Amino acid sequence: MENIKTALYNLHQKQGAKFVSFAGYEMPIQYSDGIIEEHKFTRSQAGIFDVSHMGQLFIKDRDKLVENLEKIFPIDLKNILLNQSKYSFLMNQEAGIHDDLIITKIKGGFNIILNAACKNQDFEVIKRLLNNRYEMILHTELSLIAIQGPEAVNIIEKTIKGPSSLKFMNGNLFKYLDANIYITRSGYTGEDGFEISIQNEKVEVFVQKLIDNGAKMIGLGARDTLRLEAGLCLYGHDINIKTTPVEANLKWAISKKRLITGGFLGYEKVNSQIESGTKKVRVGITPENRIIAREKTKIYNKENEVIGEITSGTFGPSVQKPIAMGYVDSEFSNIGIKIFLEVRGKKYPAKVCKLPFYKKSYVKGAK
Amino acid sequence: MSEVKFSKEHEWIKMDGDTATIGITKHATEMLGDIVFVELPEIGSSIAKDGNAGVVESTKAASDIYTPVSGEIIENNQSIVDDPAKVNSDPENEAWFFKLKITNKSEMDSLMNKEEYEKFSKESGN
Repeated sequence: MENIKTALYNLHQKQGAKFVSFAGYEMPIQYSDGIIEEHKFTRSQAGIFDVSHMGQLFIKDRDKLVENLEKIFPIDLKNILLNQSKYSFLMNQEAGIHDDLIITKIKGGFNIILNAACKNQDFEVIKRLLNNRYEMILHTELSLIAIQGPEAVNIIEKTIKGPSSLKFMNGNLFKYLDANIYITRSGYTGEDGFEISIQNEKVEVFVQKLIDNGAKMIGLGARDTLRLEAGLCLYGHDINIKTTPVEANLKWAISKKRLITGGFLGYEKVNSQIESGTKKVRVGITPENRIIAREKTKIYNKENEVIGEITSGTFGPSVQKPIAMGYVDSEFSNIGIKIFLEVRGKKYPAKVCKLPFYKKSYVKGAK
Repeated sequence: MSEVKFSKEHEWIKMDGDTATIGITKHATEMLGDIVFVELPEIGSSIAKDGNAGVVESTKAASDIYTPVSGEIIENNQSIVDDPAKVNSDPENEAWFFKLKITNKSEMDSLMNKEEYEKFSKESGN
């Protein structure tokens, strides 16, 4: 099957993109500047990311949708405000993660942003869990782009008036060239920024305007180093159907109220894991040497016993050192514990460390 | 100025008497992307042709470095260990990897000249 090209494919080519096949899409891994320059540009200026491969699912509100969504997602949807976004998960009965996602309450229903590789399956799972009672649209006529970095706010404000007043994890509708576009203040790089949902026909003109105003296109390669420095999980690597939100150290995303009231898929498992702990847990890891411990690298204790495995590892261009995340047996999860990583047959010392590796600069404030 | 030869593993090799200086090609660095880590062979070690002689690690992946000829390592370039980005900026000069005392000069014969290598790297695609 041929890879799908996003509406920005021609622009990527013009910008010197190298493409890779990703979740059935032809996506830019990097442009001519390379991953490190792109990463640093995002941290110092503003980078544009084509994330149109991700799923944009709309569920139309009618009879008891909120109640039924609360049976699926572990968040407080009864009290979510209009245009507010929440990070959450689609879990199975055993609290294994089908996908991680962002839910936003919009006029007339909910928008859910899904990972590209999961979106079709998510659609079927959610439809089944909702007993096929609601109108659901997985948009193909919309592109999704992100602009991230300290200059993102100035650049977007130069392009359209208004988004600078948005708070982190909040969105709204805006107008661009007679088109309705939906912008949220969010992202996945550890920087302030915005995600923009816009019609396929309008996206190239819009992105070109952002470039003219000082932003640069950034590929999936730098997106990965940016999110890893920010300590954020990549689905299919750091989390999957065999890991739970508690093991993944993501229980902050589960609403406290919902932990008391329960009634969501995976609740029993989540609750018992919070009460009695888990066998393994996701931690940040810094190798002491200049080695990169990539996914599947085995983790050992001092006694040379395997105690875990790396799920993501790279060289962090902003922190200027190798960084990694992985799962270790819970007794080895305290910050500062010395562990060993087996890379090319040799064991290298490393430490369990605090996440994120790079401090976030989100624009918070009143709701 | 002696002729520079090239291997199918994208190393370049320059002879000066019995001493060969070896590095990776510009084309190799373009495939690898930004290099963030270099591991070099130890001085005094003897490595046979096509044997493992270090590792380069880019933001994308780790790749082994092979020696295109047999010999004893007599020097390695610590400056690229300290500043791996040099390998991207000047791979075919300043960012050489190691020097070795060649044991079998006839091994040079099977390597490609510049023209052949350019054709090879174009045809090998990526």
